[in-house]
Amino acid sequence: MADGAALTEPRLVRWLLTGAALAFLGVFLFVPLALVFAKALADGFGAYVEAIREPVALAAVRLTLTAAAIAVPVNLLFGLAAAWSIAKFRFPGKNLLITLIDLPFSVSPVISGMIYVLLFGAHGIFGPWLQAHDVKIIFAVPGIVLATIFVTSPMVARELIPLMQSQGNDEEEAALTLGASGLQTFFRVSLPKIRWGLLYGVVLCNARAMGEFGAVSVVSGHIRGATNTMPLHVEILYNEYQFSAAFAVASLLALLALVTLAIKSVIEWRTAR
Amino acid sequence: MRNMRFLPAMMIGALLWTGSVHAAGIKLLNVSYDPTRELYQDVNGAFAKSWKARTGQDVAIQQSHGGSGKQARSVIDGLEADVVTLALAYDVDAIANSGLIAKNWQTRLANNSTPYTSTIVFLVRKGNPKKIKDWDDLARPGVAVITPNPKTSGGARWNYLAAWGYALHKFGNDPNKAKDFVAKIYKNVPVLDTGARGATVTFVERGIGDVLIAWENEALLAVKGEMGAKGDFQIVAPSISILAEPPVTVVDKVAAKHKTTQVATAYLQFLYTPEGQEIAARHYYRPRNEQVAAKYAAQLPKLQLFTIDQVFGGWAKAQQTHFADGGVFDQIYGAGR
Repeated sequence: MADGAALTEPRLVRWLLTGAALAFLGVFLFVPLALVFAKALADGFGAYVEAIREPVALAAVRLTLTAAAIAVPVNLLFGLAAAWSIAKFRFPGKNLLITLIDLPFSVSPVISGMIYVLLFGAHGIFGPWLQAHDVKIIFAVPGIVLATIFVTSPMVARELIPLMQSQGNDEEEAALTLGASGLQTFFRVSLPKIRWGLLYGVVLCNARAMGEFGAVSVVSGHIRGATNTMPLHVEILYNEYQFSAAFAVASLLALLALVTLAIKSVIEWRTAR
Repeated sequence: MRNMRFLPAMMIGALLWTGSVHAAGIKLLNVSYDPTRELYQDVNGAFAKSWKARTGQDVAIQQSHGGSGKQARSVIDGLEADVVTLALAYDVDAIANSGLIAKNWQTRLANNSTPYTSTIVFLVRKGNPKKIKDWDDLARPGVAVITPNPKTSGGARWNYLAAWGYALHKFGNDPNKAKDFVAKIYKNVPVLDTGARGATVTFVERGIGDVLIAWENEALLAVKGEMGAKGDFQIVAPSISILAEPPVTVVDKVAAKHKTTQVATAYLQFLYTPEGQEIAARHYYRPRNEQVAAKYAAQLPKLQLFTIDQVFGGWAKAQQTHFADGGVFDQIYGAGR
């Protein structure tokens, strides 16, 4: 331990600090996580599989995956465009744009859901037109997708802006001087430079998209087998006293979080190299 | 990142995937309140069978549950319910006021469009350690009472009105004394959940509170161990309670748009058939049908019940006086904090 000598704290203090941090993690992270899986398997593995294979549960899984499969690519494109314009160009209102990008993080998800009800609800601004044309947004899949996109929209942009700002434009300029076209520069120079940051943003965006509860709950209408996402389905099962089924679906979500963490660690490790 | 090119294909694929979920046949959406989940699961299966036998058509009924007031709000905001089966007439009136349901809806089916009734009882922990016998005990200091928020929950409004009716009876119809009495009860409430089911979970699962003011059917569900903790609770019936009438009706505009008026009406009429009444009684609702009621008399004993019309002059008036912004509930709950 080369830097050990530089530390002035006595060994006991270091142990106490480390111990406190681990105990905290244990109580607030590992124990609840273990409990989720324990509760999920409380009625045996057969019941666990049964709970997940329920048509209503499968529909919830499918809806969650659908919402994420649309929200993540949309936000990937949006985040890339936003970060690109902020990092590479100067224009008036740039700071305002950065603030606006953060807006979905700072407002409560309930408000995020409510704005869509105000916009697309039967008595909302577009409500009468939508009803006249038989287009369903609120209390249907499009509303859920929109709400998910809204709450996860800052994820990729937030990840890319500082990265692209710190990298500067030197390499792109060199590529252009050497005769590369704009698209070539983008795919061969810019994208490889930011790929890990981009992937990191996508992973976080995906995790949030699948886990979102508040905004989606407002616009969902809670129709079983049609507009319930996994988090909403977990709540419903819990309220129906189907605890092991609730935790079975919850464990799927928890698994997703673990996979996300693993991917995130791999990305961090690759970036650090 | 070459795979970015596949993004549009992925998105289209995802949309097609959701599209394929919806199967053919008639679909009904029943927007209901919290504690009816188990009831309508059974009703839906039985009705689908009887409809198939009668007409040869397949009908699939989708469910949505939540606090009654919140559910009504969603229907007004565009949740396309073919039928609503809510906790109280006022919430259906709210939908009717938005123009989706005919104003005379309550006269369209028998018994004020209420195929089953329930009442409000107390659920206490095993052995009744706080010796709770009647409404008076809920106003005692040191008793923690669990009841949901009357602003969002229909059940909670019945709870509140039941307490109020008892107080009026006790204090010779003196509204000031009744108000003090009900205020004392709400001073004992540590959490106001948004729906009846949330309150039951707070009491049963989270172990908070000494007494839960509950729908009789919720209380019986807990006592029979259908919440996984058999024998941990017992029911105490107060000396007087309210006859809770949860109404059902077709949402005219939506049903007309979906062309489901006929099947939606048949669905609600099915609740009045002996089979429907039997299912209701099995789920601890009080059936209107005398024969079915007699059969289940042991678990649904006769209680002294008053109706909202007798004591409060109907829902519109009760809502205005007690639950509107700045109404009596706001006064006592705000003051109690």
